Amino acid sequence: MRLTREQVLHVATLCRIGLTEEEMERFQAQLSHILEQFEVLKEIDTTEVPPTSHSVALHSVMRPDEPHPPFPKEEVLRNAPRREGDFFRVPLVLEES
Amino acid sequence: MPPLYALTVHEAHTLLRRREISAVELTQAVLERIRRVEPLLNAFITVTEDLALQQAREADLRIAQGDIAPLTGIPMQIKDVIVTKGVRSTAGSRMLEDFIPIYDATVVERLRAQGAVLVGKGNMDEFAMGSSTENSAYGPTRNPWDLERVPGGSSGGSAAAVSAGECLFALGSDTGGSVRQPAALCGVTGLKPTYGLVSRYGLIAFASSLDQIGPMTRDVEDCALVLNAIAGHDPRDSTSIPVTPPDYTRALVEDVRGLRLGLPKEYFGEGIQPEVETAVKTAARLLETLGARVEECSLPLTRYALAVYYIIAPSECSANLTRYDGVKYGYSYQETDNMWEAMEKTRQYGFGAEVKRRIMLGTYALSAGYYDAYYLKAQKVRTLIRQEFEEAFRRFDALLTPTSPTVAFRLGEKTADPVAMYKSDICTIPVNIAGLPCISIPCGFADGLPIGMQVMARPLGEEVVLRVAYTYQQATSWHKRFPPL
Repeated sequence: MRLTREQVLHVATLCRIGLTEEEMERFQAQLSHILEQFEVLKEIDTTEVPPTSHSVALHSVMRPDEPHPPFPKEEVLRNAPRREGDFFRVPLVLEES
Repeated sequence: MPPLYALTVHEAHTLLRRREISAVELTQAVLERIRRVEPLLNAFITVTEDLALQQAREADLRIAQGDIAPLTGIPMQIKDVIVTKGVRSTAGSRMLEDFIPIYDATVVERLRAQGAVLVGKGNMDEFAMGSSTENSAYGPTRNPWDLERVPGGSSGGSAAAVSAGECLFALGSDTGGSVRQPAALCGVTGLKPTYGLVSRYGLIAFASSLDQIGPMTRDVEDCALVLNAIAGHDPRDSTSIPVTPPDYTRALVEDVRGLRLGLPKEYFGEGIQPEVETAVKTAARLLETLGARVEECSLPLTRYALAVYYIIAPSECSANLTRYDGVKYGYSYQETDNMWEAMEKTRQYGFGAEVKRRIMLGTYALSAGYYDAYYLKAQKVRTLIRQEFEEAFRRFDALLTPTSPTVAFRLGEKTADPVAMYKSDICTIPVNIAGLPCISIPCGFADGLPIGMQVMARPLGEEVVLRVAYTYQQATSWHKRFPPL
C-alpha cells in the first residue's frame, strides 16, 4: 500500500515533526515500502487470540504511597532550555480570543 | 601476561585482589588505550578521564581496606542511553547534546556501589534505533576487526570498546538485538536478560515492552559477574520482576550432558551467510560431543517476527519520544513565539532521519482507523510467537541460532534502504518479542570477521544460557582473539 502525500503530512502533524519537502518525499516512499512488509501478518488468523502488551504479565503493581524527598529545584531546572525564576519558560500556550 | 587493557574482568579482579596491580594503573592503561585507538573507532561519545581516575583512587582505598567486590576498580563503559548523574547522556541524539542527568540509572548505581570505574559513555544509534551505529549524531563507530565495516548496533560503541580494549566491560541495551548483534559483529559476549530481570529505571525509553539492559564482556564468566551486579527487583521500575536472582557464577558449570538443545531450522538457510550457518552448526556438533542432545526443530512463526517488531517498537517509540518537546530539557528551537512551530522545529532539527521515520511509522500504526490492522494485530501475533517458544521449551532446555545473518557489513552499505537494515535483526528480534534471555558468543570467523551464536532459553532461564555458553567457551578460543589494532 502506498501512502499519499496527505497521509504523510497528517501523520507529521499528529507527531509534531516539521518536514522539508525533500524529507516529505523520501518518507512517503520509505514508509510505504515498510508498510508493505507488514502485509505478511494478514496470513495469520488471530480472531481468537488475545493481544500481548508485555512479555511478563505484571498487573497493577502497587507500592505504599510514602513521601520521598524530591529532586532539588535547582537540579531539575538545570537542563531547562529557558527558565524564569523557578519555572520553565514556554511560548504562549493559550491563544488570545 | 596480556596488556592490562586486554584482561577479562575476572583476571583483572584477581590481580587487584593480590595487589599485583592497582585500580589506578589499570584505569590508566585503559585510558591510554582509548587515546590510541579512539581516533580510529569513535566508540565513545564522552570519555570521563578525570572522573575515572578519581573513581579508581577510591577503589584503591577500598581495596587497601580489604573491601573488594568482583567489579571494584574495573574500568567500564556505559552506553549513552543509560543516564549517569553529572555526566552528559545524549542517547546518540542531537536532541540531548547538552543533557546532564540529575540521577543515576539503577544499573549505574549498582555498578558504582561495587566500585566499578566509569571511563566513558558508549556511542550508539540515535535513541537505540539502528543496527550499525551509523545513526549516531556523533559519527559512526567503526569495527575494530575492519575499520571499513560497521560494528553493528545499536550498542556498536560498547561492542567495539570491549573488543578493542577501551574498557573491560560495558553495558548495552537490547530492544531488538542491540546488545547481541553488535557483540556478534565485534567478537564479544553479550547477554540480553529476561525482560524485567534488570531495572530499566534511568534507561532512556525507546520501546518500553521490549527494552532491556545487558552486559557486554570478553567472556561468559564476566557476563555472569556483571549480571550479578545489575539483576534484581527495583521498586522504581514497575515492570521489574519481583524475584531474588541467584548467584549467576554458580551457573558457570562445564557440563552440558543431558541438556536438550534445539536448532530451529527457520534461522538457517535462505538469507543466512553460508559461513555463519556452518559455524553455528559446527558449534552445535561440538556441544553434542560434550554430551548435549541436539535436535533440529521448527518455529514456523519466526518469519512474522520482523513485521511484529517493526509495528510494536515504532508504536511505543512514538509515544515515548513525545517528551522531547523543547520545554524541560534538550534541544529547543527558540526562534519563534508560536508554541506549535517551536515544537515542530525542535523535533525537526533535534531528531535524525531514522528516529523521525520510526516516530511517524508508529504514529501511523496507532492512528484512528489503523490501530486494529497494525498495532492490535501485531500484539496478537506476539501472543502466538510467545506460545510457540513456550511450546519449544517444553522439548528443549535451550535453542541455538546465528545472532546475525551475516558478518559485519560495510559502512554505508544499508543506509539508503531502511528495510534492508531492519533485516539484519531477523535472528535477534523474536527473543525480545517473547521476553526471553539470550546470549551471543563468538563461534568462528569468516574472512577475518567474527561470527556470533545465540543461546536462548525460557524466561528466567539465564542459568541454562550461561551454562551452555560457558561450556562452549571452555572448549573453544574464539572469544580470546583480539582485533589487530
